[in-house]
Amino acid sequence: MLSPEAIIKIDYELTKYPADQRQAAVMSALRIVQTERGWLSKESITEVAQYLGMPEIAAMEVATFYNMYDLSPVGKYKVTICTNISCMLRGSDEIVSHLQGKLGVGFNEVTPDGKFCLKEGECMGCCGGAPLMHVNNTEMHEFLTTDKVDAILEGLK
Amino acid sequence: MVASSKPVIKTDLAGQTLVTLRTLTEDNPASLDTYLKLGGYAALKRIVTEKVKPTDIITEIKTSGLRGRGGAGFPTGLKWSFMPRYFDGVKYLVCNTDEGEPGTFKDRDIIRYNPHQLIEGMAIAAYTLGARVGYNYIHGEIWQDYEIFEAALHEAKAAGYLGENLFGTSFSFDLYAVHGYGAYICGEETALIESIEGKKGQPRFKPPFPASYGVFGKPTNVNNTESYTSIPWIMQNGGQAFADLGVANSGGTKLFSVSGHVEKPGNYEVKMGMPFTELLALTGGVWKGRQLKAVIPGGPSTAVMPASAILSATMDYDGLSKARSSLGAGSMIVMDDTTCMVKTLHRLSYFFYEESCGQCTPCREGTGWVYRVIDRIVKGQGKMEDLDLLTDISNNIAGRTICALGEAAATPVLSFIKHFRPEFEYYIQHGKSMVDGK
Repeated sequence: MLSPEAIIKIDYELTKYPADQRQAAVMSALRIVQTERGWLSKESITEVAQYLGMPEIAAMEVATFYNMYDLSPVGKYKVTICTNISCMLRGSDEIVSHLQGKLGVGFNEVTPDGKFCLKEGECMGCCGGAPLMHVNNTEMHEFLTTDKVDAILEGLK
Repeated sequence: MVASSKPVIKTDLAGQTLVTLRTLTEDNPASLDTYLKLGGYAALKRIVTEKVKPTDIITEIKTSGLRGRGGAGFPTGLKWSFMPRYFDGVKYLVCNTDEGEPGTFKDRDIIRYNPHQLIEGMAIAAYTLGARVGYNYIHGEIWQDYEIFEAALHEAKAAGYLGENLFGTSFSFDLYAVHGYGAYICGEETALIESIEGKKGQPRFKPPFPASYGVFGKPTNVNNTESYTSIPWIMQNGGQAFADLGVANSGGTKLFSVSGHVEKPGNYEVKMGMPFTELLALTGGVWKGRQLKAVIPGGPSTAVMPASAILSATMDYDGLSKARSSLGAGSMIVMDDTTCMVKTLHRLSYFFYEESCGQCTPCREGTGWVYRVIDRIVKGQGKMEDLDLLTDISNNIAGRTICALGEAAATPVLSFIKHFRPEFEYYIQHGKSMVDGK
């Protein structure tokens, strides 16, 4: 069951579209449910599809197409690091090895305590601040150094 | 809600000509008060209350020489003239703030530092084209900036610049923020439209073009963020004044997103036609006192240029096409002399492979094939004939796909090999990089 809070947020998104185009809100509805539950299970996607009155498969297509949706648990903090060209040129490889060493996990793995998951991201459109990473799809951290990464991780309790 | 953003270091603005980021001279650039103080929304108010003829506005935009800032460079005034004048139903306006091509981050600064000028530009466009509803599609990775823009929308609505019967006239325009969630392809306008409709972002066949069949099947005008944001300035100062800022065929200013090996990466808004060397100097030059090796001038879908070619180029549409590349979205990626071009292309080819939407076989299969061949070169298992193979595959992707991603994926492969062939040959012969020896 979608929570009352999620429904309020999804209903706000629905005001952006014509009444007969409820499916248009699926991008944000999936984001809202994922933010609330940590990741998108098949059941979560079904609930979103039912609420919007769209075929389940169509919601599943969206959830699997866009790479910020997580279809498996990602721990409490999902850390996504960009390794694309502008970040690579400014040392993202070093940040990646530092993160992997510190967390003891590779890409797409969750730490045993369930706290962190490390993901490799494609360009996030903030290349002026390279190298950079994203926490839980919302917080952008730019101009990373290994010291700065340590401080950020320290702040994630 | 009040939009707010971080204060900006004003000294960084030296040498720039601010049109789309003109609020950067102020302390709280994103706020409505700041924008009003700089004369914001005056052009919209005048146009709507004086009932300026839409055809006159389009003529002004044509005079300005404004060309689409998303990369294609299509004349904006001409594009606007494609929208059907009379249509029984809702017409839509879409803004493309879906920056996902590596090195592109200019529109982010517009929505976080000058959101109201974009809103005003879209409102003027809506009035001109008879659009009732607009969407600004923002890529999901910049969530904090999405929230700044959405707050600005609420602020504009409360102040009477969006919504019904604006300025007591019959003109009404609703504008909403919507978001992507991690798909480069949605920067392609028809994929973006599919995404707004709540679908996978797979490009549509054109024709029909969005002007006749766009959002929800209705006539839709799609422009880039920087293009819309230029409109209020043009309507305030005149099309000719905008044209005069730039050079022939490239009117106005351009936001250059400079990343990679420069001292001060970031956005620089300068007059079109600025010599590359001058722009490089604004960024503090190549970092660590190193030498310039190569520049991708407009994003990876534009051809890489060796230092010798870019050093004499000017930064405008004709200047870069004469130098055998293109302006693209103005996403300049600078590489110093320690850069291994084989490894750089390896990374780029992975990007295009990862981001192909999978719809067209040449792109879906070709980008993966290209990546695997470069991957084996990087792993020391390359063969000399791989270079011809890469060229052949790329030539067979370009022009054989629904959208421009095919060309975008082929261009870096072809241009990297063309300009830096000896590096590729060395890597294949020695199993390691000629540059870093690893």
